[in-house]
Amino acid sequence: MRVLAATKGVEGEGFNPPDAGDFNLPPFIEGNVFATKPILLAFLSVLLIATFFILAARKAAVVPSKLQFAGESVYTFVRNDLGRDVIGHEFMRFVPYLFTLFTFILVNNLFGIVPLIQFPTMSRISFPYVLAAFTFFVFHYVGIRRHGLISYLKGIMFIPGVPKPAYVLITPLELATYFLVRPLTLSLRLFANMFAGHLLLLVFFLGGEHLLQGVIGLKLISPFSFAIGIALTFFEFMVQCLQAYIFTLLTALYIAGALADEH
Amino acid sequence: MNSIELAAGEELNPLIPHTAEIIAGFIAFSLLYILLRRAVVPRFEKAFAARTDAIQGGMERAERAQREAEVALNQYKAQLADARGEAQVIREEARVQGAAIIEEMRSKAQEEAARITSQAQAAIEAERQQAVNSLRNEVGALATELASKIVGEALDDQVRQSRIVDRFLSDLEQSEIKRSN
Repeated sequence: MRVLAATKGVEGEGFNPPDAGDFNLPPFIEGNVFATKPILLAFLSVLLIATFFILAARKAAVVPSKLQFAGESVYTFVRNDLGRDVIGHEFMRFVPYLFTLFTFILVNNLFGIVPLIQFPTMSRISFPYVLAAFTFFVFHYVGIRRHGLISYLKGIMFIPGVPKPAYVLITPLELATYFLVRPLTLSLRLFANMFAGHLLLLVFFLGGEHLLQGVIGLKLISPFSFAIGIALTFFEFMVQCLQAYIFTLLTALYIAGALADEH
Repeated sequence: MNSIELAAGEELNPLIPHTAEIIAGFIAFSLLYILLRRAVVPRFEKAFAARTDAIQGGMERAERAQREAEVALNQYKAQLADARGEAQVIREEARVQGAAIIEEMRSKAQEEAARITSQAQAAIEAERQQAVNSLRNEVGALATELASKIVGEALDDQVRQSRIVDRFLSDLEQSEIKRSN
């Protein structure tokens, strides 16, 4: 819609494919940089998640209600599959963080296909950056707390069991891995998946809409564009869940690595 | 949609973050973290702990009940075995006692019988002896009287008289034995 509207007056009937500009939603309150859709969605997700889980956990009954059971299922999944099985016996300290991470990313991702909202918050790079920064801080912090700053850095830079000359090559790589590649890949992976997924949906839905306005032959093709768009929506659902899972899993793995005796 | 011009025109590099979004993301995430950590995680953990307790408590109770039942069963079995043994002993004793009583009774009866028999024999013997004596006296007197009547004074001599009487009596006895045989 936006794009179609934007094409008006540019080149008549030409189709302007959606691009990165479509993700720059300006503030809905003129001049207020915080009054944008992504920011609103981020806080909406906080409201939804917190409400749902606080209600679910309110009674903490031995025999759970349906709501409690639903909340517990998500919590247990993060707690056991992402926390306990990855981090080990110290996992309980990190469960609140992993739980927040998973639910926050999941709901914000799902916003991408929720009707009327239809915008994945994580397609705005700022949010993945923030989350990756949190993870970066957390796993380095626990590593330094566990091993002490010097021996932690030593563990990263000088992997035991490697011939000394190889350090020339390995040490910079390891440093880059821990301090650059990990946070960057974490945030970029999430961002790019959401960005590309949203772009794909835009292409097929806006394209289908545009085709409807064309000649009769193009009108006939239009339903296929919408059908692919719908199919991609289901695909996106999968990707959105998967990305929330991957981000949380990698965070847990990094924490586990920082806690381990050998890096 | 007055945003259209802006959105379409502003083709920023999507990898460059916005300060406002970073601040908002930081606040939103921190807020969610605090809420979940304070109000959700502890309660779910409490529920899990209570559930584990309930299950473990139930299992412990069941185990305890089973142990108690086993102890009681063993006790009953032991008591039953005791009772059986006791009954066996009692029966054995009774049998022995019975046998002893029967034996005693039998020996007593035999003694009694023997005593009665011997008494009777003694009485018979005494009576017989008495009868023999009185008979002898009487028969002697009678015979003497008779003989003196028959032979007169010829038999005055005491010695001869008694010898005659004795011979007479032994003859008499002999004939009696013959008869009885």
